[in-house]
Amino acid sequence: MSRTTAPDSRSFPLQRQCPFAPPPEYERLRAEEPVSKARLPTGGTAWLVTRYEDVRTVLSSPVFSADGTRPGFPALLQGQAQVLQRPPFIRMDPPQHSFYRRMLIQEFTLKRIKTMRPGIQATVNGLLDDMLATTPPVDLVEAFALPVSSLVICQLLGVPYDDHEFFQSRSKVGVSGESTAEQFATALGELRAYMDGLITRKQQEPGDDLLSKLVTEQLEPAGELRRDELLMMCLMLLNAGHETTANMISLGTVALLEHPDQLAALQENPELLPDTIEELLRYLSIADLVTARIAAEDTELSGTRIRAGEGVIALLAAADWDPGVFPEPERLDVHRGNRHHVAFGYGVHQCLGQNLARVELEIVFSTLFRRIPTLRVAVPVDELPYKHGNLAYGIHALPVTW
Amino acid sequence: MRITADTTVCISAGMCALTAPGVFDQGDDDGLVAVLLSEPSEELREAAAEAVRLCPSGALDIG
Repeated sequence: MSRTTAPDSRSFPLQRQCPFAPPPEYERLRAEEPVSKARLPTGGTAWLVTRYEDVRTVLSSPVFSADGTRPGFPALLQGQAQVLQRPPFIRMDPPQHSFYRRMLIQEFTLKRIKTMRPGIQATVNGLLDDMLATTPPVDLVEAFALPVSSLVICQLLGVPYDDHEFFQSRSKVGVSGESTAEQFATALGELRAYMDGLITRKQQEPGDDLLSKLVTEQLEPAGELRRDELLMMCLMLLNAGHETTANMISLGTVALLEHPDQLAALQENPELLPDTIEELLRYLSIADLVTARIAAEDTELSGTRIRAGEGVIALLAAADWDPGVFPEPERLDVHRGNRHHVAFGYGVHQCLGQNLARVELEIVFSTLFRRIPTLRVAVPVDELPYKHGNLAYGIHALPVTW
Repeated sequence: MRITADTTVCISAGMCALTAPGVFDQGDDDGLVAVLLSEPSEELREAAAEAVRLCPSGALDIG
């Protein structure tokens, strides 16, 4: 069976109504039109995929390519085409993708991440000490969520945290659906120049960090990594490391405060912490829009014909709210005990930093509510500035009091 | 139940060692899967099967 939909009937990204639920249209699409065409903000169209099994298929089958240089690769942000000309390795297919990913994996294994726990705990403690010494209301994004994630990734990479205002402000432009192509290009140019300077400093004075290690062992002529490749790799790690985790911290905090019974269950039984993190990852699925692919050959998905060269977006939040896989998906349930969500993606591109993110979130949510048991959002939750249209969903600012 | 792993397919995501730590481990340098118990005991079987289902790369097989 083959279905067609007028491509101009639906524009992507679809609109959310409740800030903590995926766009309501996902539910209808999943039931009636699981593979459906939509118009992209950058022009052109792509197929939206909304069923859990189809999303896993798209993300794990070589029929769906992640190669950002293929003509017609779906771009969601103005100016993104510039990045896709020379993309970071997350927009490549194996074997190139595997070549780069393997350079980094040693720093992201479960055992390596475990050694980072005491440092992350000390960072979280210090930031909460500082926050508690001020007078509320305080912006939790500025005072806690962004510094936690930025400090951790800066330390791992060897990026000076003192530069955080510089790279955070430019990264913000790079992930915002509101940036123009010119703003995007300027921010990217500044970030490239910054990272280029940092690589030179690491060549002169290598330290005990990932960037120094890559410069010493992998960069030409000692290794096989070109300077521009290293540069994009580091920018990608820096961005992915601070932006996504910060969004999970701020949104996760509000989600738990909005579900006091679930927060109470967690506080009564700290062993629920790992399951709580998995459930928050599923429930929020902040990287909903990130997983773009392009069909490498003609294929069929849930009865819909997809032709070679057509863009495909595997919607992570749609998959993670598929009621056939997660009954009553709208219920935040810390007892759900499921890890088969696709919040970190699936297939060979599944998030490299997922276990670091898990540890950061475990430490954050076990410490935050213990240290500040009376924490509450200082404004109506519906009025918070949510990051609609951003590559990673989140909150720009989160005023809290206690 | 017999578990096998293909390290040429493994992407070192660590889902197996996270889900069934008694059955799987990760190599220190490359993060690649190491099967500690290819024939897990009764009480570890459920977690082992779950780990196989969660593997993002399809490196694990259960027979």
